[in-house]
Amino acid sequence: MDFFLSLVAILESTIRLSVPLLFAALAGLFTERAGVFDIGLEGKMLGAAFAAGAVAAVTGSVWLGLAAGILVSVALSLVHGYAAITQRGSQIVSGVAINFIVAGATVILGEAWFRQGGRTPALSGSARFQTIDLPFADALRGVPIIGPIYSELLSGHFLLTYLAFAMVPLTWWVLYRTRFGLRLRAVGENPGAVDTAGISVVWMRYRAVICCGILTGFAGAYLSLAMTAGFVKGMTAGKGYIALAALIFAKWRPVNVMFACLLFGFLDALSIRLQGNPLPLIGQVPVQFMQALPYLLTVILLAGFIGKAIPPKAGGVPYVKER
Amino acid sequence: MSNPYAKLPVWVDYGLIPLINLLVAFLVAGLVVLLVGENPLNAAYYMITGAFGRGEYLGFTLYYATTFIFTGLSVAVAFHAGLFNIGSEGQAYIGGIGVALACLWLDRVLPWYGVLPLAMIGAAFFGALWAFLPGWLQAKRGSHIVITTIMFNFIAASLMVYLLTRVLKPMGSMAPQTRTFDAGGQLPKLDWLMGLFGLNIGNAPFNISFLLALAAAFGCWVLIWRTRFGFEMRTMGHSPSAARYAGISESRITIIVMMISGALAGLMALNPIMGEQARMQLDFVQGAGFVGIAVALMGRSHPAGIIPAAILFGMLYQGGAEIAFEMPAISRDMIVIIQGLVILFAGALENMFRPAIGRFFAGLTARAPAARQAKGA
Amino acid sequence: MSDIAIELKGIDKRFGLVHANKAIDLTVRKGTIHGIIGENGAGKSTLMSILYGFYQADSGEILIDGRPVTIKDPNAAIAAGIGMVHQHFMLVENFTVLENVMLGAEDSQILNASIAKARVELKRLEKEYALEVNPDALIEELPVGLQQRVEILKALYRKADILILDEPTGVLTPPEADHLFRILAQLKAQGKTIILITHKLREIMAITDEVSVMRRGEMVATRPTQATSVEELAELMVGRRVLLRVEKGAALPGAVKLKVENLTVRDGRGVTMVDNVSFELKAGEIVGIAGVAGNGQSELLEAISGIRRAAAGTVLLNGSAIDVTGRADPAELRQRGLAHVPEDRHHVGLVLKFEEAENSILGYHREPTYGKGPFLDLGAIRREAEESIRKYDIRPPDPRLKTANFSGGNQQKIVLAREMERGPDVLIIGQPTRGVDVGAIEFIHKRIIEMRDQGVAVLLVSVELDEIRALSDRILVMFAGRVVGERKADAPEGELGLLMAGIDGKMEAAQ
Repeated sequence: MDFFLSLVAILESTIRLSVPLLFAALAGLFTERAGVFDIGLEGKMLGAAFAAGAVAAVTGSVWLGLAAGILVSVALSLVHGYAAITQRGSQIVSGVAINFIVAGATVILGEAWFRQGGRTPALSGSARFQTIDLPFADALRGVPIIGPIYSELLSGHFLLTYLAFAMVPLTWWVLYRTRFGLRLRAVGENPGAVDTAGISVVWMRYRAVICCGILTGFAGAYLSLAMTAGFVKGMTAGKGYIALAALIFAKWRPVNVMFACLLFGFLDALSIRLQGNPLPLIGQVPVQFMQALPYLLTVILLAGFIGKAIPPKAGGVPYVKER
Repeated sequence: MSNPYAKLPVWVDYGLIPLINLLVAFLVAGLVVLLVGENPLNAAYYMITGAFGRGEYLGFTLYYATTFIFTGLSVAVAFHAGLFNIGSEGQAYIGGIGVALACLWLDRVLPWYGVLPLAMIGAAFFGALWAFLPGWLQAKRGSHIVITTIMFNFIAASLMVYLLTRVLKPMGSMAPQTRTFDAGGQLPKLDWLMGLFGLNIGNAPFNISFLLALAAAFGCWVLIWRTRFGFEMRTMGHSPSAARYAGISESRITIIVMMISGALAGLMALNPIMGEQARMQLDFVQGAGFVGIAVALMGRSHPAGIIPAAILFGMLYQGGAEIAFEMPAISRDMIVIIQGLVILFAGALENMFRPAIGRFFAGLTARAPAARQAKGA
Repeated sequence: MSDIAIELKGIDKRFGLVHANKAIDLTVRKGTIHGIIGENGAGKSTLMSILYGFYQADSGEILIDGRPVTIKDPNAAIAAGIGMVHQHFMLVENFTVLENVMLGAEDSQILNASIAKARVELKRLEKEYALEVNPDALIEELPVGLQQRVEILKALYRKADILILDEPTGVLTPPEADHLFRILAQLKAQGKTIILITHKLREIMAITDEVSVMRRGEMVATRPTQATSVEELAELMVGRRVLLRVEKGAALPGAVKLKVENLTVRDGRGVTMVDNVSFELKAGEIVGIAGVAGNGQSELLEAISGIRRAAAGTVLLNGSAIDVTGRADPAELRQRGLAHVPEDRHHVGLVLKFEEAENSILGYHREPTYGKGPFLDLGAIRREAEESIRKYDIRPPDPRLKTANFSGGNQQKIVLAREMERGPDVLIIGQPTRGVDVGAIEFIHKRIIEMRDQGVAVLLVSVELDEIRALSDRILVMFAGRVVGERKADAPEGELGLLMAGIDGKMEAAQ
């Protein structure tokens, strides 16, 4: 029973930790499926976290904070879009640039505006997302097995947590069951086909990039408005890259993305839990190994040792009309 | 032939356009300074005096530049083969192991010039090793080098934390770093070089690895443009299908170029470890590998461009510290913004101003005899 | 209702210094098949791209059904009832036929209803025009002929009345091409207007009602097909009598230089591209390989020259084996006397961003004459490049100029000079005159004959049957990856054409 309870606790924090990964990886899914590669997820998430934290702190409204986060993240997406789509620049270079600009700007602006060492003021009350208890969570708490699973594991998360998981079927539906999704996937595979069908490749890709911005906005807002009560400098701490890894690991498919994010979230939760505690049967595992594991797994996957990840065919290539 | 990249004079291509891109990057950075409520012109003044105002400041500027020459070359060499090595950061970090091992082993036995060659070999070896794996994985398994090198940066960071907290740390110490090296593990400063110009180096850690960096830049130039191997890697960088036709092995070039790139990144570790701190500390690379991307893009992947670009970033790092001192609202993170802006404008948006400049020059040449134009088509 | 479907008036288009279309007038009558013929680069594709809204004309007017229209993008073209089948298919390979047909013409945000409707409509079109194709098949699993059918269905699904086909038979086997022509005839019978762009005279004569000829951006003539002849059209296309007779003496074949036995090559997907091919190539002879593009010629050249791995078979060069199934290395083959002028000079034969001099040593850059040890001697390289510039009359004569700045003919000469001037035993040439101006063609043909007369064994691949017939001493015909026949150089054109279609005329006649 003790083992069961600590398993529930680990899984509970798995869910908590995988939410930003899930938002960001789905964000990446939209743009990469449309043929625009994005290693700037990290920067966008960080920018959104800062804007959300700052605006929520100033206005006292969590919703205005969320809106600001999304706005900033969409704006950064548009910069990436302008470089990658309109100017046909290198998508990788542009992503790298955005990561740096944001990493520097959040610290400079945060320090200049709030003077708390790069933090935004701590949020409380209506300036922060509150957890939601599912119906009957208290009543069921005592029931064995089901009680902890329902009341601890599934209940008591933030609105954004439930939204993140709801985004998975929604993303799948948009991608495979709507006109927008059909065109979006087409533009990532063969933009020429989309162009000759009378659809603007540029506008399609910009829309995909904006979708990415909105979702990274949620990811960032979750960090500073829900998981933590305020922005801390560099708080994404590589989560954007892990999300990227999860996206590749999931072979650019929405449902796989969820499982990849849960796996990487689980590794994270486990490494926090295991700090200093030996693992049964294996013994002491260095925490650094657990931290590196998502990256190691992605490298191994990319090397084709576990299946093969084939990116969208037109990914990373600016569209130029052929004569 | 509706080519927006029509031919421009060489000095425009390699001089004017990069300069305009740089200028725009700085203008945007100036806007950020305004946003923070400071005067950008004052900031620029502090920056320049802070970077060049005294011998000591210049010494710091060149100390940073040394690091960036190595990482800039690392990124540039890979660019020439069409490879984007984002992993210079991790390779430099791992390269530090080689330097540290050589120093820990021999610093009490040999003088610095005895330790240095071994430290160089060690740095290059470990850096190359860390780049070999992504290179090998791309060449033999088809994994994309950009993604793998990003992953390897994180793996390197975890590995180094592990090593510095558990393996290389002296017994009883709490700080995650090696012991301080004796004289054999410390590189001499270039005070005499500064002295030639009547400058006093003060406390600046400007050391002989600067000369090694210059030598490496020359070596890279020879490698890229004067050797058969350089010819092969440029062929592959421009056209992999032409390389295959010419009998150039793609996997061989990928692996070797990545190892050269990693070795150059690794050599960077000499500068902070043996040149300044006389020990290996946690996170001693401090993002220099990423600065290398900006330096390579700005220097157009040419050693002759990389050296001034590296000095410019050295100026930003040293002068940035001075700004931070004079203007508390502006911390050294300002450099990270500028670095990002340079990467954006000199890299991803490098062609933004080209059509306008092209039109301007087309307007100029339109007055020249039309006959000269007729030869095209 | 007028009986004119399309009228173009004074269409003019420049790309920088290239005047692609010069004040073009064109009238296409409703319910006819109108051919537009011209050499590569004559401006046909540009004109059609303007009609389809891919480019905007600098000046001029477009009238559809007598009404002036502006076609600013493909959308406007589709709305005006114009559909286009591109030379390179515009299909999403991992989508189904249905999804491809629907793409861009879905009539609701949510797909379910559109899919149901498209399925019904597709069924109807299939029946009406006899265009069967499984709507749920993935494009990447369909043969080329069927992929093209999907392109036609796409246009019909969008209710196109005017159908433009850009070089539709380039990728088809002759039976597939025949099938396409039957489809086109059927479409015409249903009242559709068809514009057929091609550079193949035979197709024009076989199927069109009217034909317009373009040359160097100008529309030079329009004729009713019945009132013209292949000879007249050929003359109009080129602007002077085509004399594809190259002066050459009889071949004096010597020892066997290249012996190919049972060579089989598969592509990345495991499809057999070269199927058990065997032949010999002797010193002092030119063997031409004829065939419709895509019948394995390219793969054959690549396998022999070591660029592509073969699945099985042996190749002997000067009597010793080339490890074609294993580690054959183009660099090593060059040393052993095998030179290769590749089909695609832009992506394979040259590095366009290199200086001319650098390209003049590509593949030979390891030779000791170009420097000591690992180093290159730029001076020596440029001096030698200057020499071949003189000998091959490459213009402009500047070894330091970027290769991209040379014209097609001069670029090809750079490749030829590099591969011919080192005294090879075997010379493999793919498409020697593709995209090359007329003046350079003569020069190149002469040089190839000279090589033969010096005792070089020449293997020539070209999709231009005329070129093969003019240069070769023996002709091998490839069809579906196999060598289906060998003929003398003077074999009648019709017989070769049948062989290229996979039909052995001689055998059938004998039966």
